[in-house]
Amino acid sequence: MKVRVHVSLKNGVLDPQGRAIQHAIEGLGFAGVKDVRAGRLFELEVDPGVTDAQLEEMASKLLANMVIENYRIERVAA
Amino acid sequence: MPFRSAVITFPGSNCDRDMAVALEQVSGTAPHRVWHGDSELPAGLDFIAVPGGFSYGDYLRSGAMAARSPIMQAVIAAAGRGVPVLGVCNGFQILTEAGLLPGALMRNAGIRFVCKEVALRVENSRSLFTSAYSAGQVIRIPVAHHDGNYFADQATLDRLEGEGRVAFRYAEECNGSARDIAGVLNEAGNVLGMMPHPERAIEAAHGSTDGRALFEAAIKGLVESL
Repeated sequence: MKVRVHVSLKNGVLDPQGRAIQHAIEGLGFAGVKDVRAGRLFELEVDPGVTDAQLEEMASKLLANMVIENYRIERVAA
Repeated sequence: MPFRSAVITFPGSNCDRDMAVALEQVSGTAPHRVWHGDSELPAGLDFIAVPGGFSYGDYLRSGAMAARSPIMQAVIAAAGRGVPVLGVCNGFQILTEAGLLPGALMRNAGIRFVCKEVALRVENSRSLFTSAYSAGQVIRIPVAHHDGNYFADQATLDRLEGEGRVAFRYAEECNGSARDIAGVLNEAGNVLGMMPHPERAIEAAHGSTDGRALFEAAIKGLVESL
């Protein structure tokens, strides 16, 4: 089955990349975009036996750096 | 007894040779060169250097893959036993990812790769690595990084400052680091991570020799205690 792990910066952590992207959006002529936060999306193809606890551990030990990032795990129906 | 040091090389390390040359020049003994896939360090090491570069192509996050490599588990264990560990640039990123040092190194606030000589203020001159400097002294050391923007939460920053664990601070704008932090020590004082490259300021031809005192202090302190 497919699992998506969404990793995003914690609130309060400045995101220089997000800000540059926001400026680039403005540069394309789009108005009204107040903020951009850049994150990452991981798609894992896992056996059904892989538990939520194991996924949490993968996310917190490797996919996200818990000093600056949060993660959200989503199991995707096949 | 000869000084026994090791320089760890990961795929993508590119400052390992400079680090080895610096250690050999100052100590008189060539360091062991250790490969990332090794699971053991040479016995009886006095000093471990985790050099700069782009380990594993900076995949996932700078230092993230290297921090989970077999050799880093041995480095973590050695640091726990009190063996001095110096992480420079990517080495600093690896040490934070490995949990040996607090905080994280994020993309530079100005987005751009920063490659220049910077003024650094020595904040703590009592550590193994900084005892040849005086507190408040301003030294010049090159930086070359994209992800050097030090971040830690306010409580952690307060604790680092309170415990004298900020070793170096940028004395000029560099990368947006919290409280201009350029280098931090672990709680026990035997692990130092810093973004600037002291190994690139060893001899006159480098333009600055201000990095040499860091190696001299550490090696002298260690050799005297052998």
